[in-house]
Amino acid sequence: MITRFFKQLTVWKSIGILLLLAGGASTILRFSQGLGASTNLSDEFPWGIWIGFDVLCGVGLAAGGFTLAALVYVFNLKRFEPIVRPTILTAFLGYILVTVGLMFDLGRPWAIWHAIIMWNPHSVMFEVAWCVMLYSTVLGLEFAPVVLEKFKMHKTIKILHSISIPIIIIGVLLSTLHQSSLGTMYLIMPDKLYPLWYSPYLPVFFYVSAIAVGCAMVIMESFLSSRAFKRSIEMHLLMDVGRLAVLMLLVLTIMRALDLVDRHVLGLLTIPRMETYMFWLEVVVGMLAPLVLLSMKKVRQSETGLFTSAVLVIIGFVMNRMNITITGMEAWAGKTYVPSIPEFSVTLGIVTLGFVAFYYIAKYFPVFPPEHGAADGGAHTPDQDWHGGMNESSRATVHTVR
Amino acid sequence: MIQKKAMLIDITMCVGCNECQKACKVQNKLSDVEEKKLSPTAYTALSEYDGVFVRRQCQHCEDPTCASVCPVGAFTKTPEGPVVYDVEKCIGCRYCMQSCPFQVPRYDWESLNPRIYKCILCADLVKQGLPTACSEACPTGATKFGNRDELIAEAYERMKAEPGKYVDKIYGQKEVGGTSILYLSGVPFEQLGFKTTLQQTPLPALTWNVLSKIPNVVAIGGTFLYGIWWITNRRDEVRQYEERMKNNGHDQHDAPGH
Repeated sequence: MITRFFKQLTVWKSIGILLLLAGGASTILRFSQGLGASTNLSDEFPWGIWIGFDVLCGVGLAAGGFTLAALVYVFNLKRFEPIVRPTILTAFLGYILVTVGLMFDLGRPWAIWHAIIMWNPHSVMFEVAWCVMLYSTVLGLEFAPVVLEKFKMHKTIKILHSISIPIIIIGVLLSTLHQSSLGTMYLIMPDKLYPLWYSPYLPVFFYVSAIAVGCAMVIMESFLSSRAFKRSIEMHLLMDVGRLAVLMLLVLTIMRALDLVDRHVLGLLTIPRMETYMFWLEVVVGMLAPLVLLSMKKVRQSETGLFTSAVLVIIGFVMNRMNITITGMEAWAGKTYVPSIPEFSVTLGIVTLGFVAFYYIAKYFPVFPPEHGAADGGAHTPDQDWHGGMNESSRATVHTVR
Repeated sequence: MIQKKAMLIDITMCVGCNECQKACKVQNKLSDVEEKKLSPTAYTALSEYDGVFVRRQCQHCEDPTCASVCPVGAFTKTPEGPVVYDVEKCIGCRYCMQSCPFQVPRYDWESLNPRIYKCILCADLVKQGLPTACSEACPTGATKFGNRDELIAEAYERMKAEPGKYVDKIYGQKEVGGTSILYLSGVPFEQLGFKTTLQQTPLPALTWNVLSKIPNVVAIGGTFLYGIWWITNRRDEVRQYEERMKNNGHDQHDAPGH
C-alpha cells in the first residue's frame, strides 16, 4: 500500500501535497491565533492577497464560465459545446474557492450570512455578495446535469433542461454585474488608489479584462487537461477562443490608453517610482505582449504560442488586480505590504485544492466528451453514457425548444 | 428638526495635555494607558508637529463612506451627527477601513472575535442633549461642542477677529461633503498630516452612480440576451425544418410555427 503510494508519487503530486499541508498548517494558525498572527495586514493595510488574489482574481479567472455559456447557448455557437463542461466546472470550483478564501479573510466569518438579511443596497460589496451567492447557485444548476447523468437521474435533468435558458441568461447578467462591481468597489477610493489605476471606468475595465482572462483560462485549462488526461486538444475551438481574447485585449488596451489621456496622467508614466515600474510590467507583459502575439494567426495556430499567450493574459490579469489592491494603495497608506508566509500558503493551498478537485471530478464524471482511442486515465464513462447525456442533458444545460 | 451637532477643534488653542484622551477612555471604558496613535483602546489621540498638537478621531462625515460601503449596514449616521457602529451586524470584511478617507477605523487584529473600534462622538450623551466627554474635559476650550451651523459661524468669527492667526480654511466644512468635526489651524493643514486633496462632494455618490444603474443593466441586458437567443435559436429551427422538408420532399409546407 505504502510502496504503491510512493511509486505513484510524481513531482507535481508531491508539490501539491506539500502545498496542501502548508495550507493546512496556516489554516490552523489563522483560526487559532487570528488575523494578526497569521497575516501582515494592519490598520493601514486592511486588505491583502486574500482579497486581492483569492477573491478578485478568483472571481475573474472563473469568468470563462459565463463567457462560454453565453457563446454556446445564447449566441448559439454550438461548436464550442465540447469545452463547455470543463469550463463550467472550472467556474463552479472557482466560486466555491472564492468563498473559502473569503472565510479566511473575514474577521467574523460565522456572520457571513448577515448579508442575506441585513441589507445595505448602497454597498457595492452587498451587491457583489448577492451576485456571487446567486451565481454560484446558477453554476451549480449548470453543472448539475453532469452529476445527474452519472447517476442516471434523467427526470431531474429534464426539469433542469426546461428552465435552462432563463438560468443561463440570469447567469450572464449576474456575472456582468459582479465582475464589473469588483471594479466599482474601488471607485469610492479616488484619493487612495494611485492614479495610474484609479479610473471612473474601473467597472468596465474589470468586466472586459474578466472576459479576456476567462478565455485565457479556457485555453490553459484545456491544455492542462489534455496533459493530465492524455486527451487531444481541441485546437480549432481554442484558436477561436483566442480570437475572442485578443478582441477583448484590444478593447481593453484602447480604453485604458484613452482613459490615461482623458485624466491627464500620462506624465506619471515616466516618473521613476515603484508604481510606474509595476504599471509598465503589467501592461507590457500582460496586455500588450499577448495582444500582439494573439493577433498573429501563426501564434494562434501553434499549441505553444496559444498556451504561452494565454498564460501571459492570466499573469497580466493577476498583476492588474494585485497592483490595484497592493501597489496602488501603498503610497496613500504610507506603508508597504508583503504577504506573510501563512497568507501565501493559504492562497497556494486553495489554488491546489482547485486543481485536485478538478482532476478528480473530471476523472469520475462525464466532464469531457469521450474520445475514440483515448488513453487510460480519461473520463471513465462509457460512450453511451456521454451520448445519452448529449441527447438529454447537454441540452439540459442548454436549451430546449426543438 | 434635530440640530446637527459637531465639535470645533481649534489647533492654536491646544496645549497637548491629553485630557481629551483620558476623558474618552473613561467614558468608553478603555485601558487608561496614554497612546499616541488611534487604536482599539484609543478613539482619539494627539500627534505633535513641531510643538503643534493635533488631536484626531473619527470625522463623523455628513455622508459617511463607511456607512455606504458596509455590506451589512453596521454603520449609521444618527440624526444628531455621530456615526455609530453595530458589532452585532459586522462580518469583519474591513471595507470600512479600506475606504475611509481619513484612515480612522481600527481593528483588533489579535482577537479571534475582532471588531471595529472608533470614536462614536459619545452618541448616547449627545442623544440626551449632553456634550461629548472630550469637549467637557478640554481645559483650554480647544475642543468645543455645539450645533454645527453655529460652530461654523463661530469659526469664521474667530478668523475674522484675528486676521493672520489662522489659515483661511475650516477643515471638515467641505471635505467629502462636510464632517461633524471641524478644525481651525494656524499652520497649513497639509503640514499637520491632514489629507487636503479630498474632494468636496460625498464619496458614496461615486459608487451609487454605478449601483443605481443596475436595474437598467438587468432590464436591457436581459432583453438583449433573450432577443439574441430567440434569433439564433429560431434560425436553427428554420434550418432544421428546411433540412427535414428537403429529406421528406415536402417542400411546399409552410415554415414551422411555435
